[in-house]
Amino acid sequence: MAKRRFNLTKGKLLGLGVLVAVVVLAVLVVEDWQQLWKISSAPDNVPIVAMLFLVPIFTWMGVRQSLANDRLIRELEQDPKLAKTHHRKAEPWRPGWARELHVWPYLVRIEFLVTVIVTVILFVWSITLNAPLEEPANPNLTMNPSKAPWYFLGLQEMLVYFDPWIAGVVMPSLIMVGLMVFPYVDSNPLGNGYYTLRQRRFAVGMFAVGFLQWILLIVIGTFIRGPGWIWFWPGQTWDHNAVVFDKNIDLHDLIATSWIGKTLHLGFLQSNLGKWIFGALVVGGFYIVGALFFHWLMTVDFKRISLRPLRLFPRDPFEQKLLERTSILQYVMFQFFAISVLLAMPVKLILRLGLTIKYVWVTPWFNI
Amino acid sequence: MEPERPDQAELKETKQLTGGETAGSSLVGKVRDSGMALKERAVEEVKSYKDPQNTQLWKSIFRVSHDRSDPRNRSLAILSNVFLHLHPAKINRDAVRYPFTWGMGGITFYLFIVLTFSGVLLMFYYHPTKADAFKDILYLEHDVPFGKLLRNMHRWAAHLMVITTWLHMFRVVLTGSYKRPREFNWGVGVVLLVLTLLLSFTGYLLPDDQLGFWAVTVGTNMARATPMLGSEGPFGVQLGMTPFNDVRFGLLGGSIVDSNALLRSYIWHCIGIPLVASIFMAVHFWRIRKDGGISGPAPVMLESEMKAVKKN
Repeated sequence: MAKRRFNLTKGKLLGLGVLVAVVVLAVLVVEDWQQLWKISSAPDNVPIVAMLFLVPIFTWMGVRQSLANDRLIRELEQDPKLAKTHHRKAEPWRPGWARELHVWPYLVRIEFLVTVIVTVILFVWSITLNAPLEEPANPNLTMNPSKAPWYFLGLQEMLVYFDPWIAGVVMPSLIMVGLMVFPYVDSNPLGNGYYTLRQRRFAVGMFAVGFLQWILLIVIGTFIRGPGWIWFWPGQTWDHNAVVFDKNIDLHDLIATSWIGKTLHLGFLQSNLGKWIFGALVVGGFYIVGALFFHWLMTVDFKRISLRPLRLFPRDPFEQKLLERTSILQYVMFQFFAISVLLAMPVKLILRLGLTIKYVWVTPWFNI
Repeated sequence: MEPERPDQAELKETKQLTGGETAGSSLVGKVRDSGMALKERAVEEVKSYKDPQNTQLWKSIFRVSHDRSDPRNRSLAILSNVFLHLHPAKINRDAVRYPFTWGMGGITFYLFIVLTFSGVLLMFYYHPTKADAFKDILYLEHDVPFGKLLRNMHRWAAHLMVITTWLHMFRVVLTGSYKRPREFNWGVGVVLLVLTLLLSFTGYLLPDDQLGFWAVTVGTNMARATPMLGSEGPFGVQLGMTPFNDVRFGLLGGSIVDSNALLRSYIWHCIGIPLVASIFMAVHFWRIRKDGGISGPAPVMLESEMKAVKKN
C-alpha cells in the first residue's frame, strides 16, 4: 500500500480558515481574558468545555461514515446487479472472511482496554482537578450568579424566555415524552443500523436541531450569563453592579400602543378579555404556521428550490413516499412535539432577546 | 494410588516369610517403608499441583480451559461466565469497530460501577445531617487517606457519565438503532438518561455548601410552579396548594432547603435512584440481547426495497 500523504483538500482548507477566523475574532473581541479563563477553567465547567470538543469530533465521525454509506447507496441504486452481489457495507470485506467473530477475545479485549483507558482518564482528571467546595450553605447569603449544575443550565436559561411552570416543568416533560415518542413517529424503515443522512435527513436533522439547541442553551448559561443573570459576551468583565432596565413589553401592549394600534383603535386589546382572545389567536396561529413550516421542511426538495422561476415548494418524491407511510396519529404527534419544543424555544428566544417581548398570551391564570 | 497396594502387600508377605528379624526392627522397617510410600505419594501429588488447572478447586470455579482457543472453549468462556453472559458467543465482525459503536453505552455502565464503588466508600465518611455534612467533606479532603482523590473521582465520573449518556443517545439516533424492534428499549434508555441527571442533581446538595444549596434552591423553586401541584403554578392556588403541601414540599420534606432536604436527597441519591436505575439497566441490557444485539453495522437497504406498510 502506498503511504498516505497529507493532501490539502477544500474541506481541510475550509476547516483551517474557520479556525484562523475564530482565533482572529477572539483576539479582536475578547477584552478580559482573565474573566474568560475564570469561567472556562472553573472545575464544574470543564465538562461543558470538553463537550465543545467532543460533540464536533463525534459528529464528524458519524457524518464521515454516513457519507461513505450514502456513496455506496447511490452506487447500488444505479446498479441493481451490483446490489444483488455486494455485501452492502462500506466496511471492507473479502470473500472467505468470517462474517462473525468470537466475543472472547475480540470484543472482551476491547471492553477491557476501554475500562483501563477510562480509569486512567479519571485518575488523571481527579489528581489534577479538585471538585469544587464553596463556603458552608448559608440561606442568608445568595450566590450571584446562582447557577444550577451545567447539565441543567439549559432549563435555567429557559427561565428567561418562559415562566417557571413552562421552563421547569412543562418543557422538560415535553422533551422527555417527545424523546420517547421519537421512534414511534419515525415511519421511515430505512437506515436501521447504519449511518446515513441521505435516507434519513429529516429525522436526523430534527434530533440534531434539538440536541444543538440544548447544548446552545447550556453554553449561553455557562459562558454568557453573569451576575443577575445578565448577558455578558464571552470575554466581557462580569460587572457585579451592572443593572439592566427591563423594558420588556407584552405583545398585545406592543401592538395596542404602536402607531398601527392607535390608528386602528386597538385599545380593546389591553382589556382582560381582549388580551386573552388575542393571545389565544397568536398561539393558535403559531401552531398553524409552525405546522405548515414543518410540513414544508419534511417534504421539500432543497436542490430544486429556485427563485427564478419562482419555485418554493418542490416536493422530494422519496420524502413524499415516507409521508404516505406516516399515519395521521404519527404525523400529529410529531407536529405537536416539534412545534411545542423545537420551534417554540428558538422563536421565544428571538422574541425575547431580539424584540424584548415578554408574553404573547396573558391570562388571569397563566402567561406564555 | 492403585498400583501401590499390591506392592505393600508383597512387602508384608516377604517380611512374614523371612521371619528372622526381631519385632523391633520389623516395626522400624514398617514405619520406614510406609514413610517412603507416603513420600512417593506426596511427590506424585505435588507434581499434579504444578498444573493448577487440573485441580478440583480450579475446576469447581472455572468450567472452561482458557489455554486452548478452539471455538467451543471461546464460546463457553462467554456463556458460562456470569459477568460476560450478557454477550452473545459470536457477533458480527463489523460490530466491534469503534467508529461505529463509539463504546459510549459500555463506558456509561462502567462509570456507573465506578460511581457505585467510590460512592460506597464515600458513605463510610459521610453523615447526612446539617451539623456534620460539610465537616465530613472537609475531613474527607484533608484527613482521610486518598479522600480527596475519592471525592474528585466520584464527581468527575458523574459529570463524565452525563456526557457519555448523551453521546450514546446521539449515536443511536445517527445509526437509526431506535427503529423496530428496538423502540421500547429506546424509551427505557430515555428513562435511564433522566435517572442519570437526577442522580447527579441529588448528589449536588450533599456537600451542603453554597454551590449545592443554591443550585438545589433554584432547581426546586421551579417545582413550586408545577401546574396544579405547585403553590405558584397555574391553577395551583385554586386547587388549594400552599408552600406547605405542594409538590416542592414533598421533594424537600419542608418549605425550605434544610436538614430534611439533605436527608431526602441523600436517600434518593444513595438508595432510591440507584435501585430504580439498576432495574431499568437490567431491562435495557436484556432487551439489547433479545432484540438481536447491537443494531449494526447492518447492510444498507435501498429505497426500492421498502416494503408496503402492513395494514392491520
